[in-house]
Order: sequence, then structure tokens, then C-alpha cells
Amino acid sequence: MTAAAMHGAALSVLDGGLAAVRRRGEAVIIPVGALVAGLLAFAIFLAFIGRSPVEFYGLVYKAAFGSAFSWENTLARTAPLLLAALCTALPARLGMIMIGGEGAIVLGGVAAGVFAMSWPALPGALGIAGMAAAAALAGGIWIGAIGLVRHVRGVNETIASLLMAYVAVALMNHLVEGPFRDAGSLNKPSTAPLADGFRTGTIPGFDVHWGLAIGIAACVLCWILLERTSWGFAARIVGGNVRAAHVQGLPVGRLVVGFSVLAGSLAGIAGMVEVAAVHGAANASLAAGYGYTGILIAFLARHHMLAIIPVATLLAGFDAASGLVQRRMDLPDATVLVLQGMVFVSILAGEALHGRLTWLRGPARS
Amino acid sequence: MTGFAAAAGALSVEAVGVSMRFGDVVALDDVSVRVEAGTMHALLGENGAGKSTFVKCLMGFHRMTAGQIVVGSREVDVRDPRAAHAHGLGMVYQHFTLVPSLSGAENMVISRERVPTVIDWQAERAALARFVDTMPFTAPLDVPVQRLAAGERQKLEILKQLYLGRRFLILDEPTSVLTPGEADELLGTLRDLTRSGRLTVLMITHKLREVSAFAHVVSVLRQGRHVGTGRVADLDHGSMAAMMIGEKTVRAGTERGNAVGSVGLRVQDLRTPDRTGRKEIVIDSLSVRSGEIVGIAGISGNGQTELMEVLTGQRRPQSGGIRIDGRSYVPSRAAVHATGVRCLPEEPLRNACASRMSLAENLAFRTFDRTVDGRRRFWLDRPALRSRARDLAARFRIHAASVEHPMASLSGGNVQRAVLARELTGTIRVLIVANPCFGLDFAAVAEVRSRILTVRNSGAAVLLISEDLDEILELADRILVMSEGRIVHETARACADAAVIGRHMAGRP
Repeated sequence: MTAAAMHGAALSVLDGGLAAVRRRGEAVIIPVGALVAGLLAFAIFLAFIGRSPVEFYGLVYKAAFGSAFSWENTLARTAPLLLAALCTALPARLGMIMIGGEGAIVLGGVAAGVFAMSWPALPGALGIAGMAAAAALAGGIWIGAIGLVRHVRGVNETIASLLMAYVAVALMNHLVEGPFRDAGSLNKPSTAPLADGFRTGTIPGFDVHWGLAIGIAACVLCWILLERTSWGFAARIVGGNVRAAHVQGLPVGRLVVGFSVLAGSLAGIAGMVEVAAVHGAANASLAAGYGYTGILIAFLARHHMLAIIPVATLLAGFDAASGLVQRRMDLPDATVLVLQGMVFVSILAGEALHGRLTWLRGPARS
Repeated sequence: MTGFAAAAGALSVEAVGVSMRFGDVVALDDVSVRVEAGTMHALLGENGAGKSTFVKCLMGFHRMTAGQIVVGSREVDVRDPRAAHAHGLGMVYQHFTLVPSLSGAENMVISRERVPTVIDWQAERAALARFVDTMPFTAPLDVPVQRLAAGERQKLEILKQLYLGRRFLILDEPTSVLTPGEADELLGTLRDLTRSGRLTVLMITHKLREVSAFAHVVSVLRQGRHVGTGRVADLDHGSMAAMMIGEKTVRAGTERGNAVGSVGLRVQDLRTPDRTGRKEIVIDSLSVRSGEIVGIAGISGNGQTELMEVLTGQRRPQSGGIRIDGRSYVPSRAAVHATGVRCLPEEPLRNACASRMSLAENLAFRTFDRTVDGRRRFWLDRPALRSRARDLAARFRIHAASVEHPMASLSGGNVQRAVLARELTGTIRVLIVANPCFGLDFAAVAEVRSRILTVRNSGAAVLLISEDLDEILELADRILVMSEGRIVHETARACADAAVIGRHMAGRP
């Protein structure tokens, strides 16, 4: 008690000091520790099937981060992952576990492709802006609707968003194989190839498409929104304690739906970037699992908007390495999925450690 | 029936030099208390005085750092609760430990140390009936526990302890969930059991009235030390309270002004289903004038929570509504700011704070989106938010390692102070409060109540919903009683009679 009283007296002195470092320490040590534990578990798995973990991680490093070329390859894969992770991390800050980003991504891609087909004569910049708007609208409505039914009817948003993702993929397949199929796409049904003016090029001096810049900007803007604006503060109150938010008269419903729409829009734009920068048309390649990797990234980053950037880069690196690992070590390409799964399980287990690492804490608590 | 056979009269228990340390924190320091056989012994103390730690040491939940326990005339080693039970020591908790879906008889049989794999219920029931015949009181044994009233459950709990052969019984605030009538009946039963030499009782309480009416001897703990033991007959409330709180200065009772003004808060024709959906909350008319405190007394679960949820905007009523200063009121952000309605919901950490956000952020919940002159703001002013938090923390004496620490790291009293600091600054027109002192210690209770009175005296209309009748009697100018979702009784402060109010609370006017 006396120690606590002394701390009370030292109220202003300690502000932002050692105590804060200790507190934040937990938020860094647990996810990093979980990541390392997951990598170690995978190393044991490799050793068990008779492959060298050292060779594996060495190859992953070389393929993902070893040269300028491999960095470019990794960063190109990072772009959609950033936006996909935001689709889980933003709603998470309001207390929702939204895991259906994949659905918003594929529908955003289709919307972008259909927009480009419908107004092919638009000037490039306007066309790209229009594609982005169409994609954001499609993704926003998709995830926003889940936020709405969760708020109004109490429907579980986790299950709903997951199931809706399957519906979205089916809808995409129907649209690109049916009404919006380009007659020229023979063995891979697609929308019409984008006009050259609709293709987003690469960032000057850097062989990575603009999606990376969009993704990083989105992370930074979302961080500013949450940490520096009153809307974000209100959203964090809703996530922190929805009862307290009601008592304060905050518009809980509008915040829940609004942030769901924003999250879905960002995922939709991820789909648009895939169409405009990578595939050149909307087709089944959109359902590449970015939405699901995004869930893993959001949890690893503890739903911190800026932490998403390094985590997404790391996982994009694993992804980029999968081909090389497959060829050199003769491992199936699902190996990287096994790695991701182990890391994810390890992170979920790490969640249980929060508040239990007593050695991280200050000497006294009041 | 092993337990029953072993029962052979009340036990004396003596704790000698008991100390308990958790790391660097000394919870108990050299406590020696002797509880004579066949007495009813009250253990008084503030929150955090070490009462619970002490009885947990007796029951073997904690391994004490130093000291001995003497049961009867033998020193015993209470390694764990099983060992305590074997020596005839038992405990009744504040919250019930009976299985709600089973009957009283089933609960008693399954609590035995050794239950046969196949239970011969006919034989057990006959044995139980014989056992109950020897008891001076009874409780319904064939009805599922969930259908019993709180008083009956508590009696069943005690009956179970006797059936299990316990001869020394510890009760942790046994009356906190009972009506005054039920409490008196239960404590009377316990006293009779001690008088007849069947049982010794050690009762943790903070209700001085119960101590003086029922206990023989009282021991007082303060900050982990034993500060005194005495015969209840020799002590008055003043000296017991003085022993409990020591030399701490309690804020003097605030003067009560008498200016009662216009109606500030009115609830009209309110109808809403309760949380089970089976019953309805009906409030035809309830008005609170400015400068008065209207207290709503009632036992928990009679619709107070639902009423509070409607008033705070957590629940939309089926019909009817709230008027503030004559105008219809829906608790939105703009209306909360414009009308000066403030709420102190019960269990502040659960209902009014975000435990993972920092103290500074929690203190800003009401003001973060407004500029000083009341306009909306988009960008947060974080330096202002922090300096305001430091200022409030100092003024309301919130003890925290820093304003950047998460709310969850604060003690209960400090959480309540933080919520008071947030809600009671600025101009207040209407204040709605629910159980503001639940779980707080003596000094904090006095501080919270004095702040509520200050708000009233400054001309606000205050609605106080509380399960603590003493609190209502101390604070309210007008007292209403809520039972079965309706207001069943109203009385002015001057003519309030605790017995009449208690009967209405129990639904038996």
C-alpha cells in the first residue's frame, strides 16, 4: 500500500517513463515471442520429416529479402496484405472479429473490372479513380452489411463474415463466367482486359506497383484516424466497453457500421489493385487467400495499424519464398501454409499470456 | 452419513500470531483472535483490512506465513480446505455455492466428502429427514434451489454445513443478498444454534447494526492488524466504527440545503420487459425535483438494473420515456452534452470504463469530442487531455502509478473516484446513480456520498438507485421502494421507517 501511495505521489514524474516502457514491453514481447515459437515449432516439424530447418530458413531469407529483386517480389505481395489486414484490424478495435476480408477483396476486384468494362473510354486517371470507388463501394457494402446485422440483430460477425466470404467467391465466379465474361477469355473466364490507361504502373525508380504505396498510406491514415481523431477515440471506447459507450451517448451503431464499411472498402481496394496492377482483368485469381493471410497479420500486429506494415512484409516474404522452397527442397507448396498455421496457433496461445508476465511490470501496482 | 455422526457440539478456534505475506505485501500481521465455543463472533473491518485473508488462512485456502491454529485444545495443521473440513471447520460464502437446478436434498448429499457411486436416494432422504428433525429450523429440501428465495437458500447453505458435520462456521457477509427481515431471521437462527451449543460462528460483516443485535463478541481488523476484541454489550456503534477506521479523517457530513425546485427528471408510463423477458418493468410516474435526492430502494433483481439501463441509454424502452426539464430526452451524445445529465452506473469498471484504455483516456470519455466552448472537435488534443487528467487525478485524489496506466491497474476505490471526477465536473442538471458505494471501503464511501450530496445542494436532481438501505436512508430526501418491477411504496425522509420499507422490499407490505 505504501509503495502504491508513493507511486501516486510521483504521478507526473513517471508519466511516459519507465512504466510506459514496461507496459508496452508486453505488447511487443508476446507477439514476437509467439512468432519465434511458431518458427521453432515449424523447424521441429521440418526436422521430423527429415529436412534441414537451417536450409529452409536460409532459403526463405534469400528468396524473400536476400536481394533487390527478392525485395521487390516480396513488396509486391505485401500490398494487398496490408489492406486485407486492415479489414480485420479496424473492426477488431471496435470489438469485432471480422474474418471475411477475402469476400470484400474478390468483390472489389470484380467491381473494378466491371467498371473498366463499362466505361473503357474514360481518361486514365478518372478511370482508375472510378475503379477504386467502385471497388471500395462493393467491399464497403459487403462488410458494412455484416456490421449492420451484428449491431441490429446481434448476428455473430465472425461466422457471418466467414460464410459471406464463400458467398462472395461464388458470386465472383458467377459474374466472371456469366454476365461479365469477356468472349476472348477462353480457358480462364475473366472480365475484359483493362485498357492500358486503366493499368496502374510501378512506383517510379522502384519495380513495385502503386498498391504498396496505397497500402502503407492506408495503414498510416487508419492509425491517425484511430489515435488522433475524436471518431477514432469514440471507436476505441466502443471496442473497450460498449456499455460505457452507450452511457456516454456515443452513436454505437453508426460507429460499428461506419468502421465496418471503411474496413470493407479498404479490402475492396486491395481487389482493385490486384486487377489494375497485377492481373489486368478480374478473374478467379482474385481469390488467392490474401484475406485469410490478412487475419493472421492483424492478429500478429495486435490490431495496431502501424505494426501491420512490418508484419505484412514478413508474411509476404514467406509467401514469396514458397516457390523457391518447393523447387529446391522438394517440399509441397502447402508447406508455407503449414508454417502460417503454426505461427497463428502460437499467436493465439500467446494471447493467453497477456497480463501474466509479472516480471515485465513495475514494482508496485495500486 | 459420516459427517453427521461426527458432529458433537460447538468448537473453539484460536488463531495465534497469524501472519500472511504476498510477496512484499503484508496482508496480515501477527493476528491473534480466540473464538470461544458456542459464541457468535463478528469480524469487523474495512475493505482490505484482511478479514477475508484471515478466514482463508483458517480454512486452509492460504498457507499462512507464520502462526498457529488451535482447534479445541489441539494445535492443527490446516494444509488445505479438506483438512479444515476434517477438523469441523466450514465456510458459507457471500455468493451461493448450491447447484441451482438440484433440490436441497440433492445438494446436501452430493456435497459430502465421500459420495457412493450409486446413490440410494430413498435411504438418503430418510436419513436427511431424521437429520432435519433434530434441527431447530428447516428449509425446503425437495424444490430445485433456483426456485428458493435468497433467505431460504442461505438457510439451506447453513443446514448443509451442519449436515456435513461442521461445528465451526465462517460466514462471509451472509446477509448482503437478503432483505432486512430475512437477515434478522437468519442471524437469529444462527444465534440460537450457538446458544444451544451446536455451533460456533465467525461472521464477517460491515453492518454495525447486525453486530450489536446478534453477535456476542466482536474483533476488529485494520490494515492487517488486530486492533481489538470486546464483548458487544460493552461497545457502542461509535467506538466500533472508530476501531475500524482508526485515525483516518473521514470527510465531515456535508450540510443539507433545503431548496427544492422544479422537476428535473421525469419518467412517464415506462414499460420494458426485464432481462429474462418473462416479467415487465412498469413505472407510471417518477419525478425528481432539482435540489432533491430520490432514493429507490429494493433487493437486487427487482427491475432496478433495467430501469438504470433505460435511463442510461443502454436499453430502449418498449413504451414511455424520459423527460428532462419537461422536454423529451433520448440519451444521445448531443443530448447528454446539452442537458447536463450525468450517470454513475453500478460496477464502474464494468459499465463506465474501458479497462484497457489509460486513466487519462477514461477521464476524457465525456469531453474528448468537444472544445472548451462546447463545439465539436475532430482532432484530439492529446496534451490537453493528459494535463486535464493530471489535474482531475490530483483534485479527486485518484492514486495511480501514472495517468498513462490502464484503468484495470487501479483499485476499486480509485476507479470510482475516476468516474466521479469525470462525471461530477461541470454543470450538472440531473444525476443518475446506481449502487455507488458497492465494494468501497469506509473512507471512500463517505467521500462518494458527500460528493453526491454536494451535487444535490448545487441544485441538481439526483436519482439514487441502491440495494443498500442504509445508503438510501442516509442520502435520500424521498424514498421509493421498487419490487417486482414496480414502485410499490413512497415515503418522505422525515417519516421513513426502515421496518415498513423492508417489508415493501420483500414484497410483503
